[in-house]
Amino acid sequence: MTALPIEPVATAAQEPRWRLLRGVNVGDRVYRGVLTVLAVTLPLLLLALVGELVVSAWPAIRRFGLHFLWSSVWDPVAGVFGAAPMIFGTLASSLIALLIAVPLALGVSIFLTEFAPKWVRQPIAFLVELLAAIPSVVYGLWGIFVLIPFLRSTVVPTLRAVFGWTPFFDGVFYGNSLLAGGVILAIMIVPYIAAVSREVLLAVPPSQREAALGMGATRWEAVWTAVVPYGRSGLIGAVILGLGRALGETMAVTMLIGNRHDIGLSVLQPAYTMAAAIANEFSEATTNLYLSALFEVGLLLFVITVVVNALARLLIWQVARGTAVGSRAL
Amino acid sequence: MNARRVRRRVVNGVMTGLVGVLSFLAVLSLILILGNLVVKGASSLDWNFFTKNPVPAGESGGGVANAIVGTGIIVGLACLIGLPIGIGAGLYLAEFGSGRLGWTVRFVADVLNGTPSIVVGIFAWTWLVKPMGHFSALAGAVALAILMVPMLARTTEEMVRLVPHSLREAALALGYPRWRTSLRIVARTALAGIVTGSLVGIARIAGETAPLLFTALGNLNFSTHVLEPMQALSLQIYQYATGPFDEWHRLAWAAAIVLMGLVLLLAVAARWAIRQRHGAAR
Repeated sequence: MTALPIEPVATAAQEPRWRLLRGVNVGDRVYRGVLTVLAVTLPLLLLALVGELVVSAWPAIRRFGLHFLWSSVWDPVAGVFGAAPMIFGTLASSLIALLIAVPLALGVSIFLTEFAPKWVRQPIAFLVELLAAIPSVVYGLWGIFVLIPFLRSTVVPTLRAVFGWTPFFDGVFYGNSLLAGGVILAIMIVPYIAAVSREVLLAVPPSQREAALGMGATRWEAVWTAVVPYGRSGLIGAVILGLGRALGETMAVTMLIGNRHDIGLSVLQPAYTMAAAIANEFSEATTNLYLSALFEVGLLLFVITVVVNALARLLIWQVARGTAVGSRAL
Repeated sequence: MNARRVRRRVVNGVMTGLVGVLSFLAVLSLILILGNLVVKGASSLDWNFFTKNPVPAGESGGGVANAIVGTGIIVGLACLIGLPIGIGAGLYLAEFGSGRLGWTVRFVADVLNGTPSIVVGIFAWTWLVKPMGHFSALAGAVALAILMVPMLARTTEEMVRLVPHSLREAALALGYPRWRTSLRIVARTALAGIVTGSLVGIARIAGETAPLLFTALGNLNFSTHVLEPMQALSLQIYQYATGPFDEWHRLAWAAAIVLMGLVLLLAVAARWAIRQRHGAAR
């Protein structure tokens, strides 16, 4: 069917492998060429993305320098921009999200890998993964009309009654607030953290468990003293991956966080995130400097998420080597 | 000694219960969200909703036909652009990805995978909307394709790597050239996995809003022109949910059901596709 290899086998054996592959067939060369071009689009895309962000943000970077990071004045009319409130809001809402989501997600993954009877594992894992399939804007819709009324009627009065003496629950609660944004983010990142930590826990060798159980540990002690410490770096990686998702999340937060350029300790007050600022103000940015400032916010957001994601992958790879982290989570 | 044993037993029981309750809470949030969608939106799903276009603000009635068609067109276009690149890059990673370029592409795919979608949105704006001078569905589709490609590349690679080496060797030994082996034997065997990855990718971009805000923009009228602004379900939900009218809120819930239905359908289809191949999936 096909012609014999053009080169005699004896010479081919001395050639490096890639030469041998190239010499065999024109179709192979074309195939490899096409695939290479397709693969190279990814790095090119990243270069274009970073380049474009830097170029577009350059006027603002030159104008405000590092001041941009800690100034909290955002005055489009006067042409003065500082991103501190957004950076604060992004970090604060993600922190609230982690505080709620981490116990929940670790609970799910420990339950699913260690305690759940076989027949519920699959369905629960599927349902939790479905949470990740819900579009962000639907979370936002649900947040506005279900979550906020619930927070107002039940959660906030309770929080006030217990923690009212701290500065974190000051002021009037209008609904759209750091708390609402943080809670919706928490629900959104649970499936990511749960899926990855489940994979990490599954990668822990059974001998770890068996050894602990063999020494007379209860099942919980086996989990807590043998399994979890073994997968610790992977679990931390899973949490950081969730953090990466929370930092970059846009729509649901934009709809719930209140969008006010303010830094305050109270979680009941409106705040702002970097992603929300871009979503809200990009189309109304009339001056070049305004637009440029928003691009700088985008650049900052991009850099932060890249660093956070890279860190997460390194940690997870220590336990579950080589897995394409997070890309399978729906 | 005895007290200690009791304490350990109690801790074991309490913690087992606790992780069970936490799992229940996670599942409960899903049930609550889906339940609310159905309760608040199902009554608005009628013939008009699917066939009429939006009416001017304040009037009642109207539907989201333009948004449904718009989502279809934008997502379809994004697939036309994204699927070949993503699957091709994935095949490259699996077949030739052991070198430095392979490492780079893999790393870049992971970086892009975590990129916030709003950043991709403003990128598409500078590259397509600004030079063209107007918003367009095409720009939105490109933004969605950019979101889809890295994920698709990595899942395709993983699926192709699962194909046993012996299959490839058998084909090569029969005199098949490498490219035909790769396409007819290896990719064919991994097809179910690749289809699953694609469906998951489509499900993920179908609900995206942020990248469309400054690209497809939204459109109150029915439009199928890909170089013009186009409405999408997600954009419509955003507009209606944040707007002041009760009528809008009602339509937002109904539109959310349609969008959720679409996404769930894709997710379930993805599960089904992988099951065809691997029997009971993980």
